[in-house]
Amino acid sequence: MLLMSRLATLESRRGWQVFLILLVLTIVLVPVLNLTLPPESPFHVPTYMLSLLGKYLCFALLALSLDLIWGYAGALSLGHGGFFALGGYCMGMYLMRQIGTRGVYGNPDLPDFMVFLNWSELPWYWLGFGNFWFAMLMVMLVPGALAYVLGWLTFRSRITGVYFSIITQAMVFALMLAFFRNEMGFGGNNGLTDFKEILGYNVQAQGTRIGLYVASALVLALGYLISRYIVTSKLGRVLMAIRDAESRVRFLGYSVTNAKLFVFTVSAMLAGIAGALYVPQVGIINPSEFSPANSIEIAVWVAVGGRGTLYGAILGAFTVNGAKSFFTGAAPEFWLFFLGALFIVCTLFLPRGIVGLAAQLRNRAARRAIPSTETKSKEVGDAASEHGA
Amino acid sequence: MQRASMAPDAAEIVLPAESTPVRPIRQPAGSILYLDGVSVSFDGFKALNSLSLVIDKGEMRTIIGPNGAGKTTMMDVITGKTKPNTGDVLFNASVDLTKMDEAAIANLGIGRKFQKPTVFEHLSVFENLELALKTDRGTFATLFFHLTGPQARRIDEILGVIGLGDRRKEKAGALSHGQKQWLEIGMLLMQEGQLLLLDEPVAGMTDHETETTARLLLDIARERSIVVVEHDMEFVRALGAKVTVLHEGSVLAEGSIDTVQADHRVIEVYLGR
Ligand SMILES: Nc1ncnc2c1ncn2[C@@H]1O[C@H](COP(=O)(O)OP(=O)(O)O)[C@@H](O)[C@H]1O
Ligand SMILES: [Mg+2]
Repeated sequence: MLLMSRLATLESRRGWQVFLILLVLTIVLVPVLNLTLPPESPFHVPTYMLSLLGKYLCFALLALSLDLIWGYAGALSLGHGGFFALGGYCMGMYLMRQIGTRGVYGNPDLPDFMVFLNWSELPWYWLGFGNFWFAMLMVMLVPGALAYVLGWLTFRSRITGVYFSIITQAMVFALMLAFFRNEMGFGGNNGLTDFKEILGYNVQAQGTRIGLYVASALVLALGYLISRYIVTSKLGRVLMAIRDAESRVRFLGYSVTNAKLFVFTVSAMLAGIAGALYVPQVGIINPSEFSPANSIEIAVWVAVGGRGTLYGAILGAFTVNGAKSFFTGAAPEFWLFFLGALFIVCTLFLPRGIVGLAAQLRNRAARRAIPSTETKSKEVGDAASEHGA
Repeated sequence: MQRASMAPDAAEIVLPAESTPVRPIRQPAGSILYLDGVSVSFDGFKALNSLSLVIDKGEMRTIIGPNGAGKTTMMDVITGKTKPNTGDVLFNASVDLTKMDEAAIANLGIGRKFQKPTVFEHLSVFENLELALKTDRGTFATLFFHLTGPQARRIDEILGVIGLGDRRKEKAGALSHGQKQWLEIGMLLMQEGQLLLLDEPVAGMTDHETETTARLLLDIARERSIVVVEHDMEFVRALGAKVTVLHEGSVLAEGSIDTVQADHRVIEVYLGR
């Protein structure tokens, strides 16, 4: 009963309406348009498009996870690509174990790359990954545990700001170098690929693709609600207080270390889940996912959408990745310039991203409609609070 | 406790024999706050120099002193922000504050208002008070926290006391300087601490606001111990509490406002600069 009434407070009535409409559109309409309409129809959603949207949904979950720690607790992690990739590798290990004797070497236990390295048995850390639920547990536990340890070391020592960002960048860089090594047992620079089945379904089949797409949408929705629960709780307000004035929070008796540790760990777990949903949809995971530039790009998505709002992060992930898909088709050589320009424009002119721009335009329209003093004073308040950021 | 025997020496070093207003340091028994021989140096510069100070349970004390006397540093030491190089800091005559971090000290019931008003600008006035509300501070307790009726009424009550009832939903960043000061005092009240430390609470307030604040502090002083650092002599006089004068990191004089204002060494440090 208490939980139900608490759930109702996660969103305003309007917010719940938008949430449910978007959810239905995503999980019902898109698959229906894919399955029922003939390919000639202008409303037909081709399967490749559905898979592309599925990828975006994973990126949106990743952006959401970064917004939780960056937008609310003020700690910019530039290592979220690493948590994403770790989740992806855990899923990849499960998928590799499903290949069985269908590999090139036909070894029932060892993935091809291990046979190639003349290994005779599965390394201990691959044990258990043949089981889907064990692998799913690891998808959350591995990134979560890494974030917990890293967070404990940094937050306890009160490392904040750019130093925290640099440490997280160093973490993904180290992970990338480690995963490039063949001896690590994760397939070296080729990574894990040539997947056949997930839970007994062919990963290439249209039905499986739709299933993965719907699963991504549902998990994103769930991840959004969990994040909303956190940020609308009193702990969420403690996090925002930490973002505003970290040391002041300590004098109120809250443990800043524990609060940040909690949100960093949850955030890394969400990023890991995003990676796990991503890998079967793209069919490969390799060490380039750990590249430091990837982690920086996630921050750009969040900045473009507008941080500290959750839905802004989702919007940003879709916008930037949509633009990326368009550019890599139309003018690939311009993509990096565009991304750089986008980031500069956002930092200089749109400190609160697309979401902030929309709010500004709404305010302006409202002011034109009713030139009352009320809207004016509200804007002054907004500007003042922005100044404090 | 065994160090108490050192205390008279410390006091003697600080004070020339002619001084009468300063009482000799005594045993911590019965005190809410006991500082003895506390020194803090920043790169060799002594911000606190063998400072000794005893605040009784239920006492209100005002601390004055020129800029740089070490008043804020003293509060930093009490609240765990700065660790002293030497000296004892005891709460309730038994708890050693030098071994604890800021959050643990706050949870003992020591509240602090900062010199520069620090409220959480992006949170509403109500939310600022809610964060200060005395409850379990654990991370999971905070995640699953649910405001009860009596707690909500307590916040409303404090909103009334600090005169911000009609601005409860506004962002704290939109408040005036004086209102931020009051909000921070309100946060102190929400914490229901036994010992409140206020660093220049009326800086930037109008005369009227200053008077109101003095009345408010006298009102809350009935139930707790309060240490107020202030420059405003009118305000100090209005509080009518015992005054301690700090100078160069140690106690220069102590007594009623009239006694210390008549003390020629006090006049010297205030005027001779
Ligand atoms: N963190 C610090 N590092 C170096 N010097 C400091 C620091 N904090 C305070 N001081 C110095 O210690 C002295 C006492 O400062 P403070 O306690 O703020 O004085 P007051 O509050 O009485 O004006 C000043 O000279 C100040 O410059
Ligand atoms: Mg000061």
